[in-house]
Amino acid sequence: MIEALGFEFFRNALIAGVLAAITCGVIGSFVVVKRMATLAGGISHAAFGGIGLGYFLGIDPLAGAAAVALATSGAIAWIRMEAHQHLDTLVSAVWATGMAAGILFIYLTPGFAPDLFSYLFGNILLVPRDTLLMMGVLTAGICAVVATLYPRLVAVTFDEEYASVMDLHPDRIMVILLLLTGLTVVMLIQIVGIILVIALLTLPAATARLFSHSIKRMILGASLLGILFTTTGIWLSYAFDIPSGATIVIVSACVYFGALPIQHHMQNR
Amino acid sequence: MNAKPPVIEVEQVNLFQNGHPVLEDVSLTVHEHEFHAIIGPNGGGKTTLLKVILGLIHPDSGTVRVMGGTPHAMRAHLGYVPQFRTFDFQFPISVGDMVVSGRLGHLESPFRRLSRQDRDTADEAMATMEITHLKDRPIHDISGGERQRAIIARALAGNPSVLLLDEPTVYVDSPTAERFYNILSRLRETMTIVLVTHDITALSPDVTHISCVNRRLFTHHDNQITEEMITGAYHCPVDLIAHGIPHRVIRDHDNRVFGGKR
Repeated sequence: MIEALGFEFFRNALIAGVLAAITCGVIGSFVVVKRMATLAGGISHAAFGGIGLGYFLGIDPLAGAAAVALATSGAIAWIRMEAHQHLDTLVSAVWATGMAAGILFIYLTPGFAPDLFSYLFGNILLVPRDTLLMMGVLTAGICAVVATLYPRLVAVTFDEEYASVMDLHPDRIMVILLLLTGLTVVMLIQIVGIILVIALLTLPAATARLFSHSIKRMILGASLLGILFTTTGIWLSYAFDIPSGATIVIVSACVYFGALPIQHHMQNR
Repeated sequence: MNAKPPVIEVEQVNLFQNGHPVLEDVSLTVHEHEFHAIIGPNGGGKTTLLKVILGLIHPDSGTVRVMGGTPHAMRAHLGYVPQFRTFDFQFPISVGDMVVSGRLGHLESPFRRLSRQDRDTADEAMATMEITHLKDRPIHDISGGERQRAIIARALAGNPSVLLLDEPTVYVDSPTAERFYNILSRLRETMTIVLVTHDITALSPDVTHISCVNRRLFTHHDNQITEEMITGAYHCPVDLIAHGIPHRVIRDHDNRVFGGKR
């Protein structure tokens, strides 16, 4: 299988997997501790509306997805501030509306929608070089923002009310966190596709959480696990000629479910 | 009379939530070094009153002043101990990191980095609450009483002049409560304390002022609970409890025991 490294597409896939894993480790950790997994799912499915819109308008579907994902993140952040409650009903509505809009747009677009499946289920083996560059820039940007805001992000995700009392402006921090989540989602669409985005965003972080006593370690652990999951998934997908996105998710899920009893055992020792 | 302005001054505050009055014409004055206990039934507006003092909720009418300024401007002087059940104790954070996070409101730099001095202040707060030995333990790994002390240590890390505590003894058993009140009476020497509780049986003898809140606030501006206050707050006759002496006197009254409201 080593000979696969000779192919540029394969090397690109591995690099894309590593970049996605790092972003997932960083943002996914906050998504998991703040219990925003459904929110992230809502954003990614809403992004499908953007992909449909992209086809309809004849622009890059990913650009449409990015615009809709960021707009949805912003809207959810705003509604969170105003309403405080019943967010899950709202998120399901956004989730379904995004998918429905996407389907309608694609139906209304004359002709055939190429690559539709790779947006839904991802195809890391098709990541071109310039996308890789963009992913690199996004990963660096997201890491820089999180590093700058780190103490505030931890304080706000741990106890939003106390963060208000300390004048840390939790509303602003949450807007930033949700926008970063939106960006991460768009990045992951390439790798695992819209439907499986939440898996890659949450499974490495949730596994790392079982063995971490601080967010810093959780981020580090989640990133390393993510790199392990994507790399293993890409190898398996290449070796057995099976879909890469689904393989990565199955690998992640196996490790997560395998880790649960181990952690349980360690805690009860 | 006190020459200094009151630490907390709540004047004729009215607050509606979802069209229902939650606080009605509530006035409360707290002076330096007083120890106020605010009691009342669950859902009577005790927590809401604390949040109004903190400036987290704005009243529909009336004024709130903290050390002569607005709650928002004076927040750095307030130490807040929220209700235990609002916490996610599964959060991956150590006791030490949680306590030192109480310094974040005091950092001037735009990046809010913690200095050696911040860590020392947090260490002192942990020493005061007797949890220094738990510093590196994750918060999911310690007992209810220890968690409660960690939450208070976080508030103390901000060097507050006033400590506002919301139901601090709910998850604490009696021996721990005893220890807890010993710590509070030590804290009283350096700060003003306002404590909210529905558990009237757990009131510390150090309390200097007692008020009852059930939408309206009933008080005699001292540490006595009168039948009138209780009846006003709870709308039923209940036993009388006197304070200010080591052992509380509970007068028999219709064979009903106060605290049976649970």
